[in-house]
Amino acid sequence: MNLTTALARLLIFPGLLFAIPFAWFFLWVERKAVALMQGRIGPPFMQPFYDFIKLLGKSNPPRTGIAGALMKVWPLLAVSSAASAVAFLPVLPNYGGFQGDLIFLLALLEVPSFCIIAAGFSSRSIFGEIGSAREAVLSVSYNIVFLLAIVSIAASQHTFRLDALAALPASPLRWLGVAALLVCLPAKLHLNPFSLPNAEQEIYAGPMTEYAGPELAMWELSHGLEWVAATGLVATLAAPYIAAWWLAAIVFVALSIGIVLLLSVLASATARLAIDTTVRFYWQCTLIFAVLAISSALFMRLRS
Amino acid sequence: MKLWNRLMCYCRRRSPWLFHMNSGSCNGCDIELVASLTPRYDAEQLGVRLEGSPRHADILCVTGPVTRKAVGAVKTVYEQVCGPKAVVAIGSCPATTNVFIDSRTLDGPLNKHIPVDVFVPGCPPRPDAIIAGVAKAAGILAERAAKPVDSERTPHAAVEQTEVRP
Repeated sequence: MNLTTALARLLIFPGLLFAIPFAWFFLWVERKAVALMQGRIGPPFMQPFYDFIKLLGKSNPPRTGIAGALMKVWPLLAVSSAASAVAFLPVLPNYGGFQGDLIFLLALLEVPSFCIIAAGFSSRSIFGEIGSAREAVLSVSYNIVFLLAIVSIAASQHTFRLDALAALPASPLRWLGVAALLVCLPAKLHLNPFSLPNAEQEIYAGPMTEYAGPELAMWELSHGLEWVAATGLVATLAAPYIAAWWLAAIVFVALSIGIVLLLSVLASATARLAIDTTVRFYWQCTLIFAVLAISSALFMRLRS
Repeated sequence: MKLWNRLMCYCRRRSPWLFHMNSGSCNGCDIELVASLTPRYDAEQLGVRLEGSPRHADILCVTGPVTRKAVGAVKTVYEQVCGPKAVVAIGSCPATTNVFIDSRTLDGPLNKHIPVDVFVPGCPPRPDAIIAGVAKAAGILAERAAKPVDSERTPHAAVEQTEVRP
């Protein structure tokens, strides 16, 4: 991957030029799906765009010192890492990744979560601190399952290269891994059964309580980009290999929208769980399947 | 630049985020405000979102006749909302202190402490009247965006006040 293609991937497809409208589109699909499930009509199509522009035009409360500077840095860091995570997705077939880019993508996907934790603590609001503590506990719980699922997929297919994984035919073990990833996605995207960190009304707005104006707009954008990156990762692992690039792109987008719809319907059909129930769910119920998946992957690898 | 301002006005009108503040209300107006977000009235079609934090909000919705204990909180929350902002007084209480007038526990009405843009009278007002008031306040926000000097207002300033009749 030379510099030109890398820049093209970061800025055009599947990077910023593609990902930002898609982030808004996914945020709209989520809100619309929840509204339809509740028997409402829901927001207009351009709503996330209106919200973003409006937030850009609002003023910020005056902030001083290192905490104020940090509060400006975290949302930008979250947006840039989420955008580069999207740019790493092997949507187009002749992608030219490198060995281990899957690990790099996972690290980039994890950065927004760290930023949220740090943002809540640096805002020094009591609700922000509660939200950050919850986010930290939640990320420790779901990440074990998330990473074990990815490792079992990679071990069963003998590679940590994303494009190689996308090109290989899917084994039954990979479907188990994709199912485990899907279980983790609501927690990663702060959706309803596990919407603990940003629990609306319960702890005001969680880590985002003190954020306003353009900074809040960046958080909304990074949340949307996280949607694109996380659903895109599952879509790449679940999609069959297609040589024609336009068909591959269409399948990728359709699968992503399908996952967004699935998660939104789940979010509107469930209520928020308590933090101890959530942690128990991931450590007791889901971890067993993840350990089974990785042990069978390793076993298959030893036999072959 | 002109195009950007016009876009900003349009987006402000289309995306009013509310913060709901109870200054000693009997809960009648509060449940009507929540009812305006339910499937029957569905204020989200106008882009309305009820936010948890005053920092995120554009429009401050105040219910209740402003008790003495609530005065400080009302002023603090008004300061916490970032500009440009608008205030909607929901119900008869924040407008006139209603049947509690001359009570020694009150320090109302609301526009004694913060500038109010839209009054929605009623005891309680109907959800459609509340939605009409919020839409009107969103229009005021958009006008304020066109003239950015006016957005830096101080409390007790003489403002043009509008009343919504159901």
